[in-house]
Amino acid sequence: MASISLESVSKAYARKRVLAEVSLDVAEGEFVAILGPSGCGKTTMLRLIAGFEQLDAGAIRFGREQVASPGRSVPPEKRNVGIVFQNYALWPHMSVADNVGYALKVAGVSPGERRRRSVEALATVDMDMLADRSPADLSGGQRQRVALARCLAARPSVMLLDEPLANLDVHLRAAMEREFSAFHRRTGATMIYITHDQSEAMALADRIAVMDAGRIVQFARPRDLYREPGSEMVARFIGNGLVLPVSDLRADARPGHVEVDVFGRRHAVRARRGQAPAAAARLSVHPDDLVLASDEAGGFDAEVERITYRGSHIEVHFRPRRAPDLSLSLHAPHDRAIEPGARISVRVGDGWVLPDAA
Amino acid sequence: MADLAAVMPGERRQLPALRMGAETLVLILLAVFVTAMSIAPLTRLVLAALAPEGVPDLSHAWDVLARPKVFRAALNSLHVALLSTVFAVAVGGFAAILTVHCSMRLKAIWVFGFVLPLMIPPQVTALAWVQAFSPTSPVLGLLGLALTPGSRHPLFSSWGIVLLLGVYNAPLVFLTVRAALHRVPADLSEAARAAGAGRMRVICTILLPLARSGILAGAAIAFVSAIGNFGIQAMLGIPARFPTLITLVYQTLNSYGPAALSDMALLSLLLSLITVCGIAVANWLGRRGDLRVEGLGRPAEIDLGGARRWVEAGAWLYLITTLLLPLSALFATSLVKGFGQELTWATVTLENYASALIRQASIRDAFATSFVLTIAAVLILGVVSLFLAYFLSWRRGPVVRALQMAAELSYVLPGIVLGVAMILFFLKPLPLVGVSIYGTVWIILAAYLSNFLALALRPLLGGFAQVDRALEDAARVAGAGFLQRMRDIVMPLLAPAMVAGGIIVFMSALNEIQVSILLVSSSARTIGPMIVFLEEGGSSTLAAAVGCLMVLIVLLLMSVTSLFSSRLPKGALPWLD
Repeated sequence: MASISLESVSKAYARKRVLAEVSLDVAEGEFVAILGPSGCGKTTMLRLIAGFEQLDAGAIRFGREQVASPGRSVPPEKRNVGIVFQNYALWPHMSVADNVGYALKVAGVSPGERRRRSVEALATVDMDMLADRSPADLSGGQRQRVALARCLAARPSVMLLDEPLANLDVHLRAAMEREFSAFHRRTGATMIYITHDQSEAMALADRIAVMDAGRIVQFARPRDLYREPGSEMVARFIGNGLVLPVSDLRADARPGHVEVDVFGRRHAVRARRGQAPAAAARLSVHPDDLVLASDEAGGFDAEVERITYRGSHIEVHFRPRRAPDLSLSLHAPHDRAIEPGARISVRVGDGWVLPDAA
Repeated sequence: MADLAAVMPGERRQLPALRMGAETLVLILLAVFVTAMSIAPLTRLVLAALAPEGVPDLSHAWDVLARPKVFRAALNSLHVALLSTVFAVAVGGFAAILTVHCSMRLKAIWVFGFVLPLMIPPQVTALAWVQAFSPTSPVLGLLGLALTPGSRHPLFSSWGIVLLLGVYNAPLVFLTVRAALHRVPADLSEAARAAGAGRMRVICTILLPLARSGILAGAAIAFVSAIGNFGIQAMLGIPARFPTLITLVYQTLNSYGPAALSDMALLSLLLSLITVCGIAVANWLGRRGDLRVEGLGRPAEIDLGGARRWVEAGAWLYLITTLLLPLSALFATSLVKGFGQELTWATVTLENYASALIRQASIRDAFATSFVLTIAAVLILGVVSLFLAYFLSWRRGPVVRALQMAAELSYVLPGIVLGVAMILFFLKPLPLVGVSIYGTVWIILAAYLSNFLALALRPLLGGFAQVDRALEDAARVAGAGFLQRMRDIVMPLLAPAMVAGGIIVFMSALNEIQVSILLVSSSARTIGPMIVFLEEGGSSTLAAAVGCLMVLIVLLLMSVTSLFSSRLPKGALPWLD
């Protein structure tokens, strides 16, 4: 296994910039998710790391070895990467074992040894019993496991996973998430996982690189990404985040905290250490951070727009009196009887002042 | 990766030794192949036409093209091509609606019979029709319908050519219109029925407008095929003294030899120009307000009701007159000693078949030459088109795009034009070996490779479109190099498309006449032109026997491939419904 580093990598197709000076360092054995909406450049990044595309500027290193720079690129077949493709890309004319053993065949491993190692790789994903089946006879989840085993058997220095759960149904997804986690723990492989699903990325990755419009906007641990987003894009993208306009930001006694005015009420919220006082700022909150205040003085005034029953809770959509064109939502317990049109008082339980606005 | 070498000693790939990989090498070879087979000969043709002495000389071109004979031939060509296209569109379009949307009994057999004329060499078709409708016709005679002896043969006229070209090309229109109709979603027709439209109204206002691009594409193919169809134009037009551009080229070579090459090049250029204009007009019409509808599932069913019996009777009557009658006349002629002799138990003989297969060395050799050339073309084109389709589908670039255009051009231009280009290009001795391949089988093989490359390419392009490219990417990351991926992954996945392409090339090369008619010599003869030579030499019964043998080969091949059609890509073989 090897570490991966991208240094100011840029890539354009027909003058349209897809990646703009992207830098990323993935440590050996780390599980990193590349998360972003479609068209943000994450697939291009994967194909650059694998060697299917040539970069325009910058460099890519695996460990100490430079594998790509403008004008010089190690082809994919010499990079020793493993890829789990979105559609699995199992060769339909080969058996499961032949699929898994193909890289070994290419490398000139003897048939006996190849078979032993293919079955061994299949055993790690509980598929050794189906070694002689044809891929067409497998279910979606089984195909995904074979694709993992194929990747594993080649003993790649880097494993790239391209939206591997996108084609599975919801129930199978949860099971495969567990599978990926366990797989990573067992093998200690350096893994780069491309996805547009933030809950998947949060559940699996050690660190997440959030991409937007060809740039990495934040690279952090899932918890930090959720609690301390670096920009409005990240704040909105992660965990159905909301961004509120706040004013009159002043220092709080506790370090890392500030006092702000949210729609006319003072609140203590978290902020970057050394956050300077400001007349206006933006506050990142999540629906779970907004709570119904028991009395009118406890929070800001708002009017309920509509409510949605969600099973475990009810989702209350509302508009602050001070900013009626802003639609927000919060999660309320069932025991509160709330009707559309009712006046409520909302308190911000936890929030984070976005640093770029300050 | 340095740490990996320690884990797996001696197992991983070595460092790249050569910068120019197999991929680049293959691409260069493809470019050389297409340049030598298509681009260079066609360029040579243009140069010979417009600059016969090495300098541009348009006055010579004008002198030749302004001759009344040439002008008349060009008008005649246009006349038969346009009228036969109208016929083919009407018949082919009707047949497509009938088989796709109507509940017709024995549909599969009817489709097989309707498409069959396309698979039979046109010169054989012409011969069969001539014999069926001659005053001494063995079949019409039996029915008591024979024409009065001594009268001029009705098919030796422009109308005869139009009719036969129309019948020959109707299946081409049928195939494209059928494909277009299959794409029209059933609910569009059903919505029209629900809105109160009757059967005819649905056909005229919903189905035909939505299949318009298919109809126009079919018309373009029929026009191009008609204008370049040497077999029918020569077999009927030469006795009728109805010269067309294509027969004029042939007769110019016959009368003046290679000395007239520059005149032939000019005529060929004119022929090419008409062809390209035809395609351009159809493309332009097809693109105007093109409506793309993509539907899946079954096409809408139109109940013919009480009219079904009559429509079916008409459909089968068409097959009987255009297929059964001519072919039975051909077969009857092949069984008698002299043309015009009555076929009875006393006169029946297998003499002609014995001559064709055993006694006449020239016919036997022509069969053998055709087989060897055809198989060589199938094998070479199989490999070339696999690689070319790979680059066109997955590594598209300006170079391969140009190669594809050259291949397409060599296919759509009339075969006789390609023949002239081949003579011009290969007349001089080849460099290095110092021998000219003109007059040998090699020039015919080169012409086949040029003409049929696009034909072999099509099923493969369709095949590549259905294969997920990630399958190749997966093999790449597994460490497989270019040639290894082609062998282990790409070729097995595309084998069915390769086989389908091979079958089509085999049929076309075995049946062709227009490509090799100018290239054959006494030492290198193919079977296609043989029939024309035999008929010209007065051996009608022998020609009929050779024609029957060719039809037999075609039928055998069609039945054999139909047996394992389930393993071939759907729609790759035109005679299967």
